[in-house]
Amino acid sequence: MFRWERSIPLRGSAAALCNNLSVLQLPARNLTHFGVVHGPSAQLLSAAPEGVPLAQRQLHAKEGAGVSPPLITQVHWCVLPFRVLLVLTSHRGIQMYESDGSTMVYWHALDSGDATPGTWSGRVLVFDIPAKGPNIVLSEELAGHQTPITDIATEPAQGQDCVADMVTADDSGLLCVWRSGPEFTLLTRIPGFGVPCPSVQLWQGIIAAGYGNGQVHLYEATTGNLHVQINAHARAISALDLAPEAGKLLSAAEDTFVHIWKLSRSPESSYIEVEHCHGECVSDTQVCGARFCDSSGSSFAVTGYDLAEIRRFSSV
Amino acid sequence: MSVRTLPLLFLNLGGEMLYILDQRLRAQNIPGDKARRVLNDIISTMFNRKFMEELFKPQELYSKKALRTIYERLAHASIMKLNQASMDKLYDLMTMAFKYQVLLCPRPKDVLLVTFNHLDTIKGFIRDSPTILQQVDETFRQLIEIYGGLSAGEFQLIRQTLLIFFQDLHIRVSMFLKDKVQNNNGRFVLPVSGPVPWGTELPGLIRMFNNKGEEVTRIEFKHGGNYVRAPKEGSFELYGDRVLKLGTNMYSANRPVETHMSGSSKNVASWAQESIAPNPLAKEELNFLARLMGGMEIKKPSGPEPGFRLNLFTSDEEEEQAALTRPEELSYEVINIQATQDQQRSEELARIMGEFEITEQPSLSTSKGDDLLAMMDEL
Repeated sequence: MFRWERSIPLRGSAAALCNNLSVLQLPARNLTHFGVVHGPSAQLLSAAPEGVPLAQRQLHAKEGAGVSPPLITQVHWCVLPFRVLLVLTSHRGIQMYESDGSTMVYWHALDSGDATPGTWSGRVLVFDIPAKGPNIVLSEELAGHQTPITDIATEPAQGQDCVADMVTADDSGLLCVWRSGPEFTLLTRIPGFGVPCPSVQLWQGIIAAGYGNGQVHLYEATTGNLHVQINAHARAISALDLAPEAGKLLSAAEDTFVHIWKLSRSPESSYIEVEHCHGECVSDTQVCGARFCDSSGSSFAVTGYDLAEIRRFSSV
Repeated sequence: MSVRTLPLLFLNLGGEMLYILDQRLRAQNIPGDKARRVLNDIISTMFNRKFMEELFKPQELYSKKALRTIYERLAHASIMKLNQASMDKLYDLMTMAFKYQVLLCPRPKDVLLVTFNHLDTIKGFIRDSPTILQQVDETFRQLIEIYGGLSAGEFQLIRQTLLIFFQDLHIRVSMFLKDKVQNNNGRFVLPVSGPVPWGTELPGLIRMFNNKGEEVTRIEFKHGGNYVRAPKEGSFELYGDRVLKLGTNMYSANRPVETHMSGSSKNVASWAQESIAPNPLAKEELNFLARLMGGMEIKKPSGPEPGFRLNLFTSDEEEEQAALTRPEELSYEVINIQATQDQQRSEELARIMGEFEITEQPSLSTSKGDDLLAMMDEL
C-alpha cells in the first residue's frame, strides 16, 4: 500500500514529454534532487525527505539561430563512478553541467541540416568524461537506429563475456543492445512492431521496455528473446524506472496509472518472471515522468502534463 | 518538435470556430441567407489554395497570439463583425475545445480522425456550393497524402507538439463543466473506462514465454480501470465512419456557452510571464503572418450589403462587462510592438503590409502600415 505524500510545487508545469522526471538521490546529505522540463526551461529543485523544497534553479536551452526559443527535450542526471553530471538536451544540442546545475562544463551542438527537417538522425553519441573538469570529448557515434532515439539504459559491466551494458530504444520500437569497451559493440537488435518505445531499463541482464500501445516487454539481454509481455496500460507508456536493490520496476502512462512490478528469475529455469505489486491512479493526470526516490523502491515521484507539482508516494 | 503540426492545428481550430459561429448565428436569429453567406465566405477563404500551400509547408508552430491574428482575419472575411470581447471569447472556446480533443484522443494518430470529423461537418455547411466543396476535398486529399503514411512515432511527436502549444491553458467552459468533462480547476477529466485505443490490448494480463517463444504461464492482475475492447477502427478515407466522436459538432443543441475567466491560478501566472517578457520573436511572427495572410484572398463584398455584428454573449451589456473584466494575464495584447516609435520597424511593417493581397473593406486608417499596426494593437 502506498500513500500520497506532500507534493512539491513547481514553478512551471511539466511538458508533455516522455521520461520527464529525473531524480538524484543524495542519502549522505539527506537530500533528493528533482529535474523537470517545463518547455523552454527546465527546473531543478532539491527537497528534504518530507518533501519540503529547499533550493531551486532554472536552466534554459542555449539560444541559437531559429524561429522560436529552443525547447528542452530531456533533463537527466548521469551518475558515473567518479562524478555526477546533469545533462540537458534540446534540438540545438547537448548541454552538460555539474550536478547542481551551477556550471555548464560542455556543449555539443547538433547540426540541424537533416534531409527531412524535424527528424532526428538516430545516432547515439558516446562521450568520454574525465573525473573532473570540462575536458569532455565526443569519442564515438554509434549507428544502429534510423529513427529518433527515445531512451538509453545502462548497467555497470558485470565483467563477464557477452554481458550487455547498454540498451538504446527509438521511435520505431527498435531496441539495440550494446557491450561497452574501448569501442561499443552491437550485440543484438530487437525489432519493433509499429509503435514507439519511449522508455527502456536494464537490470541484471533483463531489458524492460515500455511501448506506445501500453505494453511492457521483458527481454533477455544476451539473446534478445521476449520472455514476458504485460498488457500494463490502456494508453502509451511515458516512463519506466528501476529500483535496483529490490528489482522493482515502475511503469507510468498517459492513462493516469502508475504500476509497480517485481522482477525475478525462476530458480529452476532462470527464465525472467514478473509479479504485479501495486497500481496507483493519479486522477485526471497524463503522467509524463515517474521515478523511484530510493533504491529499494519504497517511494516514488510522478509528474504530469500541465501539472505544476511533483506528486510523491511512499509505502506504508 | 514536429514541423507538420500547423495544418492540423489550424484546420481543427478553424472547424471549432465555424461550429461556434454557426451556433451564434442561429441563436442571434440572423436570416438564413446571410448566415450561409458568412460561413461560405469564411470557409472559402480558409481553404483557398494559395493559403493552404503556405500552411502545409513544414514549419514550426507559432504562438497563440500569432495564430489568433489569422482567425480574427478569417472571422472578418465576410459581412460579419466581432467586437474584441467576442473575438476573445471565440478564441478561448476554440482553443479549449481542441485542447480537450487532443488530450482525449485514444491514439496519437486519432487526431487525424478528429480533423476529418471537422472537415466532414464543414462540407455539410457548404454542401450547396460545389466550388468551395471542391476546395475542401482538395485539402482532404492533401491531408490523406501527407499524414496517411506517418508512423506512430511521428504522430506521437505531433501530439506532444500540440500539447506544448496548449500547455497551462485552463479556461473553464460552462458547457464542459456541465457535462462533467472539465473540473472546477479547469483541468479536463481523463476517464479510466471506455474503449481502449485501436491496437492496444485490454490491460490486466501478464504472459510469460520460454526460450522457444512458447507461452508457459498466463496471469491476470488488477489494473484499476474499467476498459472494453475498441469496436472498430475509424476510416481514414475521404468518406467513411470515423467512429471517434471527438471533433464532431457539440454545439448543435442550442446551448449558451459561457467561459469563466479564472485568473488567480499559478499556471495562468506562469503563462503570463512568458507573454509579458520582451519577445524577440515578434518580427519572425509578423513575417509568418504576412506570408500566411498574403495567401488569403478576401473578397470585397459586392453591392451595398450591410454588415452586421455578431455577439458571442447573450447581451450587449454582457459583452461590455466581459471586455472590462477580462484578467490582465489572459489578454492577447501584443505589448511590445513599438513600431510607431521605431522608424525602421514601421518601415518594415509597411513593406510586409504591402505584400498583402487583400482587397478589402474600406478601412479608416490612412496607410497600409497603419492597418497592420492598428490590427496588432487591437489584439
